[in-house]
Amino acid sequence: MKHSPLMKWFASREGMYYLALAFLLVVLLPLVLEPFRLNMVGKYLTYAFVAIGLVMCWGKAGILSLGQGVFFGLGGYCMAMFLKLEASTPEATAIQSTPGIPDFMDWNQLTELPWFWEPFHSFSFTLLAVIGVPVLLAFVIGIAMFTRRVGGVYFAIITQAIAAVLTILIIGQQGYTGGVNGITDLQTLMGWDIRTDEARNILYFICVGMLFLCLFAARFVQNRKLGRILVAMNAQEMRVRFSGYDVAAFKIFVFCLAAAFAGIGGALFTLLVGFMSPSFIGIVASIEMVIFCALGGRLSILGAVYGALLVNAAKSGFSESFPELWPFAMGALFIGVVLAFPDGLAGLYKSYVMPLENKVFKRNKSEAVPAVSTPAAGTTDGYSPMTETYSPEKS
Amino acid sequence: MFDGYTSSELMSIFAMQGFAGLSLFSVFVLMALGLAIIFGQMGVINMAHGEFMILGAYTTYLTSGFFQSYLPGLFGGYFFIAMILAFLICGALGALVEWLMIRHLYHRPLDTLLATWGLSLIMQQAYRSIFGAREVGVDLPEWMMGAIPVTEMVDLPINGLFVMVIALSVAVGVYLLMYRSGYGKKVRAVVQNRPMAEAVGINSAGIDRATFALGCGIAGIAGAAFTMIGSTGPSSGQAYIVDTFLVVVFGGAQSLIGTIVSAFGISQAQSTMEFFLSGSMAKVLTLLVVIGILMIRPEGLMALKVRR
Repeated sequence: MKHSPLMKWFASREGMYYLALAFLLVVLLPLVLEPFRLNMVGKYLTYAFVAIGLVMCWGKAGILSLGQGVFFGLGGYCMAMFLKLEASTPEATAIQSTPGIPDFMDWNQLTELPWFWEPFHSFSFTLLAVIGVPVLLAFVIGIAMFTRRVGGVYFAIITQAIAAVLTILIIGQQGYTGGVNGITDLQTLMGWDIRTDEARNILYFICVGMLFLCLFAARFVQNRKLGRILVAMNAQEMRVRFSGYDVAAFKIFVFCLAAAFAGIGGALFTLLVGFMSPSFIGIVASIEMVIFCALGGRLSILGAVYGALLVNAAKSGFSESFPELWPFAMGALFIGVVLAFPDGLAGLYKSYVMPLENKVFKRNKSEAVPAVSTPAAGTTDGYSPMTETYSPEKS
Repeated sequence: MFDGYTSSELMSIFAMQGFAGLSLFSVFVLMALGLAIIFGQMGVINMAHGEFMILGAYTTYLTSGFFQSYLPGLFGGYFFIAMILAFLICGALGALVEWLMIRHLYHRPLDTLLATWGLSLIMQQAYRSIFGAREVGVDLPEWMMGAIPVTEMVDLPINGLFVMVIALSVAVGVYLLMYRSGYGKKVRAVVQNRPMAEAVGINSAGIDRATFALGCGIAGIAGAAFTMIGSTGPSSGQAYIVDTFLVVVFGGAQSLIGTIVSAFGISQAQSTMEFFLSGSMAKVLTLLVVIGILMIRPEGLMALKVRR
């Protein structure tokens, strides 16, 4: 901590990985891709937020939530509500029977704005709600579940049911939520047109910036004692409890953290894509988010970003050329990731690329890196969980 | 919400909706029994259970087509053949899946969940490629059509009654198998204490495979019964999977009676509320109540006390 720790960190192997990702997202992709494709990459990155949350929640702490789409959707809907209100000025909606309310409310014979839409006139409230609403819901679910020691498969099923409930509710309450079409036709953010290529580029970079903030937040958590306890909890919950830690509190914390990430991702999704609909938050969407995290390597926050990018890119690629093959590929991915390489891309990287890397590093004598990072607490479930693919250098 | 109805009308509504709920109940029971056996026995969440059910439904569809073309004289009885075929085909596929996939994942229940979800995606797309995206229905044999009038306002459709009879007979059959047979005794021994069961010479891997196949086979029967009251599409199974899981968890994972009681409660609540509220709100309310109760009582209605 004495001499320019930041520079030292960037020169470390972990820093290199972050720099490589930053180079890819900030320099390479914007240079290579046309604006339309870059916008799609931005959309994929919004899923990376959810995947990072899942790494913390599922990979580290062992809590599998099949309802992350709920938090993603809540964040997205909060942002969409603000944008929709901005787009529905009395002048723009003069032809409606009630001018000044969103068009779908008018179609559903609502004559005034519902009370819960009112605060979304304020941008600062919206920003607060994008994180606050998902975290609040996660907190309530967390308190109810974890203090009663519901975990594992039960938790997964109940979160999945919550995703189902929210989707049915949104689709059923058309007048208040826009129904199955979602909230569409979003135009400006505080008077700034978000549909132009230029605005979308700027939003892309904002998205990348937020992504790195979340990555650092997750890294901060995992490298502290807090992160160690999460991993320990996954391996030996009883021992952690008997050591005097309040296991439920840690679980609630990490679940809320994942919800916050997902909410941010959802809000950015709305901005980048220009609408929000229930199809992005339901059971199927939520469980797909798990595969982003699993493919990247369930214990690696950087892996999660690559996982989200790759799965979504593959999905778009397949759906453009062979739409009927995509479900087969997706299904095979689920089975393959679980059966053949449970540590995902990060695991493959660690076992095949890292040895090469070590050779190079040794020849240059630039850094004395221990060959393999410290193994995480214990071995769970018959496969060895790995920490990040770097040597943990505490700053 | 009861305004504007006379008491006799209310009675009839409850009776009719109650009966509509009973057909939902039958489907729930058939699906949930299979799930409960698999989940209770092995702690495995089979996300592809709905797709096994649909496999049974497509088997019935093909059988009915076969009887229509080649054995029109025996058409009245095709359903029983179809049910047996559905059971056998789904059971065989189940055993295969257990052998290829599930047995490697017993120590990682969450991973089984993901792997079986992958399987369900593949099966769904396979149905879509083979049978097309449109829903298909079967022709009911003549004796199954029509309704029995009970009072002047209440009619009971025969196909619904028939499905209910199947559900109850399967439930009784499973009960007998689990509590009155040597196989059932072994299954329960493995559930309660796997190492001890192995120590006394029970082949627990074989029991696991047989149980998984049995659960899938019952899903096949559920699918066959399902064709009697609704049409079948590639993703019909997914529509039921969340409800069915809640039924199983709500009932208490290892209790068959609990599963039946919770299937009854959930289906009745849903169909009765459906009459007074919109269908989606009825479902939301039902699910929320179930989730709420599970938060208060996570072990479900009837939990089996097992020392681990």
